[in-house]
Order: sequence, then structure tokens, then C-alpha cells
Amino acid sequence: MREKIVDVKNLKTSFYTHLGEVQAVRGVSFDVKKGEVLGIVGESGSGKSVTAMSVMKLVSYPGNIKDGEIIFKGEDLVKKKDKEMLSIRGDKISMIFQDPMTSLNPVYTIGNQIMEAITRHQGLDKKAARKKAIEMLRLVGIPSPEDRIDNYPHEFSGGMRQRAMIGIALSCEPDLLIADEPTTALDVTIQAQIMELLKELKDKIDTSIILITHDLGVVADTCDKIMVMYGGLAMERGTAQEIFYEPKHPYTMGLLKSIPRMDLNETGRLVPIPGTPPDLISPPEGCPFSARCPYSMKICKIDMPEYTQFNEGREAACWLLHEDAPEVEVDTGVKRGEVNDK
Amino acid sequence: MTNNKEALLEVKGLKKYFPQRHGFLGRDTRYVKAVDGLDFKIYRGETFGLVGESGCGKSTTGRTIIRLYDITEGQVIIDGVDISELSQKELIPYRKKMQMIFQDPYASLNSRMTVSDIIGEALDIHGLATGDARRDRINYLLNRVGLTTEHASRYPHEFSGGQRQRIGIARALAVDPEFIICDEPISALDVSIQAQVVNMLDDLQSELGLTYMFIAHDLSMVKHISDRIAVMYLGRIVEIGEADRLYDKPEHPYTQALLSAVPIPDPDVTRALAKNRVILEGDVPSPLNPPSGCRFRTRCLYSKPVCSTQIPELEDLGDGHQVACHFTGKLVRNDR
Repeated sequence: MREKIVDVKNLKTSFYTHLGEVQAVRGVSFDVKKGEVLGIVGESGSGKSVTAMSVMKLVSYPGNIKDGEIIFKGEDLVKKKDKEMLSIRGDKISMIFQDPMTSLNPVYTIGNQIMEAITRHQGLDKKAARKKAIEMLRLVGIPSPEDRIDNYPHEFSGGMRQRAMIGIALSCEPDLLIADEPTTALDVTIQAQIMELLKELKDKIDTSIILITHDLGVVADTCDKIMVMYGGLAMERGTAQEIFYEPKHPYTMGLLKSIPRMDLNETGRLVPIPGTPPDLISPPEGCPFSARCPYSMKICKIDMPEYTQFNEGREAACWLLHEDAPEVEVDTGVKRGEVNDK
Repeated sequence: MTNNKEALLEVKGLKKYFPQRHGFLGRDTRYVKAVDGLDFKIYRGETFGLVGESGCGKSTTGRTIIRLYDITEGQVIIDGVDISELSQKELIPYRKKMQMIFQDPYASLNSRMTVSDIIGEALDIHGLATGDARRDRINYLLNRVGLTTEHASRYPHEFSGGQRQRIGIARALAVDPEFIICDEPISALDVSIQAQVVNMLDDLQSELGLTYMFIAHDLSMVKHISDRIAVMYLGRIVEIGEADRLYDKPEHPYTQALLSAVPIPDPDVTRALAKNRVILEGDVPSPLNPPSGCRFRTRCLYSKPVCSTQIPELEDLGDGHQVACHFTGKLVRNDR
């Protein structure tokens, strides 16, 4: 078995606002092994981005990691001081964000920003760093990188900016790359380019990836493992195949039912999930999904269910999985298309 | 659905250029050719999907049809009347026929107006209802879109994104329109909420006999909701056809690439398809200076010399399926 790069245990992150404590992440556990891609799926407000920011320890005031452990290569990041994190961030763990225009600094050239990471963490001099930066730009598919290195971010298109971001993030060959909605702001043909590039580079430098997205298509395409989040909690974890073909949690099933499938000639109506996501200032008692769940029982509104373990890395939190639960006929929403691998 | 092929809307040679001044004191003017010669018809009772990537001119098309923008050239014919030259005043009766739902439910509702004023404004402008009748109409509309009468006195910030989009729909429905342009109505919403709104649009269409133009970049959702679909690239339509036909057998190289780029939410299927995925190189060229001839030729895997000299026109393949390509059905891939 491959080694665990990061092992997160019972992570809790809150934001202390004037309206009260917003419990964005309320106890999440997961791990990522070497070379693996973990997808974190969820709607806005489910806590997926805050989970990622917590792993980077980039949660800033008024937010705080309240509890839990983030074991990265044997060391607990939660206990690390800010100063110690500086040598980890950008070198061993790096991140790419949704909007490459706001995450690149508009007053520095692209080259400057790549070289910053290289000189800081690899101790190369300016000349060598510039050479490496050009190499990095070539690797991420920027045409004529020798000229482009002196461009400013506004001279790049959206897709090229995201490529440059990936170049910065991977310049120190990190053990873990966190990609927070890396293609949400991009068009679908550019999305295909970027995802292809990420897959290629992952194989080349054997980095692990945490991919955060709300697009189930992207997840199905790239992830080995998936964690489905809702209301600050993980509802279900498993391999991509398990989540898409044998979902155990009604929320996952609801998601699968509510999206149309382009490859199937479906004629029926979509099945939406009724209602809206919960408010995390005063999260509901019990299971956060109970108010929208078609199979909700009395107990669901009182207590959060324990995780039912199926096998290593496969678990779900639902009262229906309890041994005393009544037999309920469940529509899993699984649709399997024809596999055409000519 | 479209057995009675009566065109509600016809667009002929529609062009919309945005001037961009530059040079000394802005003496030189260049034009962003956002929409550059569109021809299509929308039949009564159908949903016409318009897809394309950002910057291809799909939103400009919608806004030009409804005359939020002045038309540079071409005709927009609704119910047999050409509205392209009408003054703002003369347009009012046609505005009652055509309404629009916008993408961003946060920006498209006036935050200083109550919900009842937002919806009622349209009733006032067209003089449709006053007093009790106005209130009844607003309450009816709120119920129609799944909100309650209590919501009438609230302000937009008190609602979630999905609810705001419902308010936007109620506003569009207020004047009993025949035709609604939906400009990315669900792309700002969460996945689980999108289906709620799409189903509601579906119900409203069958109950009120509405015709939709549905502008979006989410190709799966467009296929689900549309009867016919037009694919745009850099201000021109490259392909129009029945939704199923277009998705099963796309003819234009751009449509093929666009559809193949969409990942399918089914791991085994999408990974098998990924082996043959067509990944386009580069970005969309600038509409300030689009390529000569076929605008897609710079990224096309099949382009030939003729593509840079002649603009391909939309041609009917016989079954109502139209494609704008010099080599429809006989594409030969270039070696790279």
C-alpha cells in the first residue's frame, strides 16, 4: 500500500463573526495517499473550500482551526507555527485557485511570480531560477515561453493564466497539490486542456492532488477517491466507482438524480433536491441533510448518525445504514452509460 | 413539439458591432464584431438553445434581439413585424411580448425595491393592473413560481440565489409574454437548485405555451431543456439542429470538439471517452480581428486552404440540420 501523504482527523474550522460562530467544517476526516487524486464534492457553503484552506493553514481571522489533526508526512500541521508553515507552503504543499486573475499579482510579471517560489524554496540564483521558470512555462504548455515570461498577468488569457498558476504551484514539485475549483471560471474546451495538463503533470512528478469542485463530470473524469460534503460534514467517502455506482447516502443519490446526462437520450424530468442548504450559524440538530432528505426519519433530526464503515476508505453517515433501520426501498439515481472504449 | 412550424421569431443577417475608439483623441475606431451575421428562426412553443464559449456573442445575441442593444445591421422579425428600426416608444408593445431572465440573480434585482415593486413595475409600465388587481396579480405570480404572498413585502437580500431567480422569472411572467430569453438562468445556482428552476421553466412552458430562447454554456443542461440548438463560435452560428441529432452526430468540427470536451458524470464512460477526446489547442481569437474565412480555422484539425479565403454559410443537410463548414461529411484530418 502506498504511504499516506496527508491524513486529516476530525478537522473542525469555525469563523467567529458578529452574528455568531459559523461552523464551516464540523469534524471531517480523510486521507490522501501518494499519487492519488481525492475529489471533494459539495455545494457552495458545504465547507469544501474551508477544508482545503485548513490543510494549507490559510484560514485567517476571524476563522480558526478549532480541533483536529492534519498529519502531513508524519507531522501535525495544526501544531506548526506560521513561520514553519512558510517553508512548507509552496514547497511541499501548493494550491491553485478558481480565479487565476485574482490569485496572480497584477503588478509582477508571470516570470517574477514563478521565480519567487523557486528562489525561496530551492535556493537557486536569479539566472538559474529564470531558466527553471522558462522550463516550467514550457512544461505547462505556454507557447514561446522565453518571450512570455516577461508578460504581466493581464496579457495572458484565462486559460493561460491558469496554466501559469499551475506552473507556479508545481515548480517545487510538491507532495500535495490542492486545486480549488481550478476550471470553474474557464470554458469547457479550456477546462479539458487544463484537466489533461494536470493529469499529465501528476504522473510526471507523482504528486497527490486534492481537487475541489461541484462538477460531478470533472470528478468522474479525474478522481480516484471522492468525499461528498454537506453542511460542514462528510456524508460519504469512497472510490469514484463506489460513489457513482453504489452511492450509500441519500444526498449523493439526490445529486446524481438532479443532473442531466448528455450521453443518454433521457426524456424524463430532472429530479431536484427540494429545499435549500442549511445555515451554518445555527446548524440543525442531527443530520444536516435531514430537512431535504426523502427518507428522513425521527432520529435523523435528533442525532447525527455514526459513520458506517464498509471497507478501508469507504464509509457513509446515514441512519438508514444502521442495523436497526427499517428496510426502505431507495432510488439510488445510478445511471450507467454504455462504455465505448474503441 | 414543433409540429406546427410557425415561426414566432426570425432573425436575418443580424449584426452587432461595438465601436472601440483608440488612437489620438479617439480618431480611429475599431469594431468588436460580437455578432456577425446570424440567421435563424424560433418556432412557437419550442425551446431554442444557444450555446458557445464565453465571448462567442451568445448573450449579445439575446440582448440585441430584445433591443437592449441597437442593431448594427439585419432584421429581427417577431410575429411578422420587423422591430429592428422601431423607436423605443414604438417598441413598448413588443417588449410586452418578449421578456428576459438574467444570469446573475444578485445583480438583476434592484436591492432597494421590494419584491412586489420589482414585479409590479412591469404591470405599471404597461398599464396592466392597478389597485387590488395589481396586488392579486403579484400574489398569483409569486405562487406560480413557488414563493408565497408573504414574500411580496421583502427585499431581494432576504432571499437565496434560487429564490431570487424565481423572483426574476415572476417579473418576466408579469406581462404575459409569449417569448422569454433566458440568459444563463441557472449557471449561478448550485447543482441541486438548478434542477428545481429548470423543472419550473418546463412547467411554465407547457402551461402558458411559452417559447424560450435558452442561452447557456452548460451543454448537458441545454440538451435536456432544448428542442433545437444553435452552436455559436466568434459571432457566427456554426451548426443548428434538433437537440438529439446534434448531440448524437455533430457535423461541425467545433461542435464535435465542444461536445467531446464535456466530462460525463460516469467514471467508466468518461474515462473510456477520454481516450478519444478532441482537445482544441489555443484560445478563441479576438473578435476585434477575427480570422478571415471560417473563423474556427485557426483551431480546426481539418482546415484546408479554402477555409481561410471563403466564409462558409449555413447549409441545410436536408433534414433541417444546418452546418456552416466547407467539408461537411467529408472531413479529412490534417497531419500535425
